[in-house]
Amino acid sequence: MVQVSFLLNGDPVSVEDAPPTRTLLDWLRESRGLTGTKEGCNEGDCGACTVMVTDREGQAQALNACILLLPQLEGRAVRTVEGISGPDGTLHPVQKAMIELHGSQCGFCTPGFVVSMAVAHRDGATDFDDRLAGNLCRCTGYAPIVRAATAASSAPVPDWMTSDVAALARRADIGNAAAGDDVSTGGTQDAAATESVVRPDSSDALAVWYAAHPDATLVAGATDVGLWVTKQFRDLGPIAFLNQVADLRGIKVERDEIRVGAMTTLTEFGRFIADHHPDLAEMVRRYGSVQVRNAATLGGNIANGSPIGDSPPALIALDARLHLRHGDNRRSLKLEDFFLAYGKQDRAPGEFVEAVSFPSQPDALRCYKLSKRFDQDISAVCGCFNITVEDGVVSRARIAFGGMAGIPKRAAAVETALTAQPWTEETVARAQPAFAQDFAPMSDMRASAAYRLMTAQNLLMRYFHDMTGTPTRVLEVTP
Amino acid sequence: MSVHASLAHDAAALHVTGQARYIDDIPVPAACLHLAFGLSTIARGRIAAMDLAAVRAAPDVEAVLTAADFDQIPDCSPSLHDEPLLSDGQVHFLGQPLFLVIAHNHLAARAAARLAKITYHEDTPILTIEEALAADARFEDGPRIYSKGDPDRAITNAEHVIEGRLEIGGQEHFYLEGQVAMVAPQDDGEMVVYSSTQHPTEVQHKVADALGLAMHDVRVETRRMGGAFGGKESQGNWLAIACAVAAARTGRPAKMRYDRDDDMVITGKRHDFRIDYKVGFDAEGRIEGIEFWHFCRCGWSQDLSLPVADRAMLHSDNAYLLPHARITSHRLKTNTQSATAFRGFGGPQGMVGIERVLDHIAHVLDRDPLEVRALNYYAEMSSAEAQPAGMPGAEHHRVTDFHADLTSQGAAGAAVPEDDPVPEQPSNVQTTPYHMPVEDFVLHSLTSKLAMNADYTRRRAAIRTWNAGNPLLKKGIALTPVKFGISFTLTHLNQAGALVHVYQDGSIRMNHGGTEMGQGLFQKVAQVAAQSFGVGLDRVKITATDTGKVPNTSATAASSGSDLNGMAVKAACDEICDRIAVFLAEEHQADPSDVRFKDGQVHVGGASYAFDEVIARAYLGRISLSATGYYKTPKISWDRIKGTGRPFYYFAYGAACTEVVIDTLTGENRILRTDILHDCGTSINPALDIGQIEGAYVQGAGWLTMEELVWDERGALKTHAPSTYKIPACSDRPDIFNVALWDGHNREETIYRSKAVGEPPFMLGISTFLAISDAVAACGSAYPALDAPATPERILAAVERMRGK
Repeated sequence: MVQVSFLLNGDPVSVEDAPPTRTLLDWLRESRGLTGTKEGCNEGDCGACTVMVTDREGQAQALNACILLLPQLEGRAVRTVEGISGPDGTLHPVQKAMIELHGSQCGFCTPGFVVSMAVAHRDGATDFDDRLAGNLCRCTGYAPIVRAATAASSAPVPDWMTSDVAALARRADIGNAAAGDDVSTGGTQDAAATESVVRPDSSDALAVWYAAHPDATLVAGATDVGLWVTKQFRDLGPIAFLNQVADLRGIKVERDEIRVGAMTTLTEFGRFIADHHPDLAEMVRRYGSVQVRNAATLGGNIANGSPIGDSPPALIALDARLHLRHGDNRRSLKLEDFFLAYGKQDRAPGEFVEAVSFPSQPDALRCYKLSKRFDQDISAVCGCFNITVEDGVVSRARIAFGGMAGIPKRAAAVETALTAQPWTEETVARAQPAFAQDFAPMSDMRASAAYRLMTAQNLLMRYFHDMTGTPTRVLEVTP
Repeated sequence: MSVHASLAHDAAALHVTGQARYIDDIPVPAACLHLAFGLSTIARGRIAAMDLAAVRAAPDVEAVLTAADFDQIPDCSPSLHDEPLLSDGQVHFLGQPLFLVIAHNHLAARAAARLAKITYHEDTPILTIEEALAADARFEDGPRIYSKGDPDRAITNAEHVIEGRLEIGGQEHFYLEGQVAMVAPQDDGEMVVYSSTQHPTEVQHKVADALGLAMHDVRVETRRMGGAFGGKESQGNWLAIACAVAAARTGRPAKMRYDRDDDMVITGKRHDFRIDYKVGFDAEGRIEGIEFWHFCRCGWSQDLSLPVADRAMLHSDNAYLLPHARITSHRLKTNTQSATAFRGFGGPQGMVGIERVLDHIAHVLDRDPLEVRALNYYAEMSSAEAQPAGMPGAEHHRVTDFHADLTSQGAAGAAVPEDDPVPEQPSNVQTTPYHMPVEDFVLHSLTSKLAMNADYTRRRAAIRTWNAGNPLLKKGIALTPVKFGISFTLTHLNQAGALVHVYQDGSIRMNHGGTEMGQGLFQKVAQVAAQSFGVGLDRVKITATDTGKVPNTSATAASSGSDLNGMAVKAACDEICDRIAVFLAEEHQADPSDVRFKDGQVHVGGASYAFDEVIARAYLGRISLSATGYYKTPKISWDRIKGTGRPFYYFAYGAACTEVVIDTLTGENRILRTDILHDCGTSINPALDIGQIEGAYVQGAGWLTMEELVWDERGALKTHAPSTYKIPACSDRPDIFNVALWDGHNREETIYRSKAVGEPPFMLGISTFLAISDAVAACGSAYPALDAPATPERILAAVERMRGK
């Protein structure tokens, strides 16, 4: 059991008796009777459970309540659809517009849409296709929802939508719940330690505790761990919630290197990287959804070791290094060397990812994510190319793929076939067969092995045309 | 006027504030139990041993039931009694319920259901159409065949003959609200059932059957569903029956909702089809003879597969005159989820077949497909020519089995009319392959107007130019029509009832047999009621569908909701108005037929009174202010075995023009622009109708593009959650999306001359599929012969074929 305090629709609440894996969604619906927030998929894909979460820094975000564990809310403010209307029942402009422009049919996805729209409205955002990519609707075909979002965009932000920031500042009692077991006693190995739940506030504290509890589960954004809970009923063992570990967060730009803290969210990383490698930012735009990117961390996407995570191939193509820590010991390794085999990484028990870094470099990175749906779909193939051409000759090629092997993997044979060759269509054609040496992909529900291999080859050709200005992207075509 | 007004959905304000209550939102009664099924992990075989000790010992588990706990295992089927609630030892598909966990909360039930240790004697499953054909695993004794004329001779004598094959994938409903039910036992053994169902009467019948009760002992209430699309026509039976069984055994309320993965693994989906065709046509592309072979994968139980496969046959013509035609339909039994109703009910699959043929013909002749389509259209009739078809209305039902599921579309032993249902026709009327005259055809003028609005011809030429300048990306465009038959093909289901009360203060409470799943039925019918009484919508209270108020209802399906229930409510309202009119006319020495209900007033003999004043006076005058209404669709009668007659009261029409772009390196694709013109007759609520059209188009496009169901070789569904099964997201709708209503009215006497709109626009999505085919065709000279769904992988494979790789 764990103690958590936060604001709910403006009012302070303290939860004393919840297991640490209790989801916000279940708690809202079952313990509070706030049934406006819906369960559509219980895995963070449909957005029917979207809530707004504001933190002390004043940032308000849309998050999926179905995979948000209560301890992650400590010291934050939650607004459900019931709190998107004013305290006196006044409708939010997006609610009004949704009624007037016929934005709801069955109404089940509607509360989630309303929250996502209200957060976008608060931010003054009008990129609705992206803002709403994490909300599925099966009735309307989305057109009237986007009409409503557009119509509401000029209305002023209601004061209750920003009041949580001041309320959090006023309430010193929110966010001071005991941080679980005393982190400083992390060295104890008694029986009670298996039920240990901590919320460390620094990486030093985490390092001590995790070294003493090497079988623990680290929860960063819970966009994957949440599913272990909701779908697999997995016992997480001791748990450390990392969202208050401030020094693992943030991006440092040095003269020849960019270093990204493990707890940096995909939203933060995407925003940052747009200035350096815009095509990676474009891929991050399609990574999960707003709700997922707001929660998911770059460190989590790497440490998780998935063969289909989208950030590792891009980072490998950028020649990234991974920084690991165990207790007081730190080491770093090339990111591609971290992935040993399917489900197996070069990470010792009790060791955690502190950061990932990559050299500052001229931008030649292109990231190609292939999936059945553009938005919020797991890649069938994710190919990232970073080829340096000097005087018409390939001087360096770094090519890495996800979805082509049990791990994110470099296309070493292709790189060799390209290097020191003239950068021409003929060279590309000659290098394409080398993909078969690098990869023996599998068939699954996302694509066949044959499709994966063929598109990997074709993506190299796309890169060639992309760099020479031939239109290659269906997303950029207009009617 | 209440009708024809674009009013918001009746629950819109509740939707946007989170106040609209779905079944999972109803506060559970004290001591409520929560259920979950334990599922099979093989597709075919027998259970060897089932060790449930760990399930029973799990925290918060109250009881665990297996088939052995029943004298007779309750049946969940809407047709053939072939769906035991819990396996009788045989396993028919991977995901079949084997045991039922009854626990104190939802999570405990789900967690415990995973703890069973089950061993099987495993058999090789029959999974594909080809495997089922090889094993002759099918429903009905053999294929159904509908025919007209002499197709063999017509094809042989034709100038051109082509053959082809098309595979069409299924589709998961992905209603956002999963299946859910709750049952509260009453003091006298009555069961009150809250069910997310399109068919409360079916649930009532099945629950009564399961518990050995009469139907009057079971009351089913459904206020709203969070989407259904056909997926809640029969699939909700399981949860309601499970809850009723648990409630009956424990005396406690019971609730069950499927987790999304369970929902997708257990419940049926749209039928996948293979369609083979052979067509003979002349030099211009006019079809002379055609033969279709439908292979329909029905899954493990019969469910509603027979009428679904029938409707596919009935839409094999779509909008085209097929002078000589034969359609052979195989209904194949496989060890997969039992395919079920899904918006269009087989119609979309049949229609994709003929649209593919037209596209193929145009390609062979190198003509604009739209010209070839128009050439083959049925004739448009002037109103003078269109004689009302004098159909015999005789309906002699021979019902022998009183336990039969009479209100299901899958009902066995459907009544066959005794009269020859092939009507006598005026010689100038063209007929469908099932010999029904097409008298209301509007597609010549409708598609001309759409082609003009969408600037089709110019854009088609511009696309060719664009493609010539783009080596990697190719655009395509297609304009395709829809003609969809309206009525349940099981004729006796075309009836509806309503119950209307007017209270002494002038407020009105309205109830009918239709269910609300988001389509706006309740609002449309409320508009009808308000119109009848000449009052504002604020006086009309919409209430939950309730088998205790209106009995013997049909499913809200076949697009029939507002046609049937609108008429039934109008009949009830008219009855009350007539009584008041007689009362007032007597007072005023006026003719009752001159009494008018308008603008909140009642006008009689030069005098006008406020509506509520009239109601109060009528009450004091001892006039009954409550009435039932009833409606049955006229003119329909057919023989589904012979495939002859008039299954449909009328046709709904529409057309869509879609432009797409594909990437020839990856098969990635996107809709760029869509223009739609659709026929809703005289719309009762244009805003709600346009909402149906927009949503149906995107859902139809999703079916034929990104939505792919994948089973592995063991019969496990690998796409069982939104992480793996992709319905269209926000950015997948067309960048430019113009939807307009055709300015017409229904020549048949439907409710305010409107037309049904639920299903027909789904098939507008076919234009997306054929636009992609057109883009692929730009990569070479062969015919693309694209299969559905046109995923990036299938598109790339087609492009490679075009390039001779």
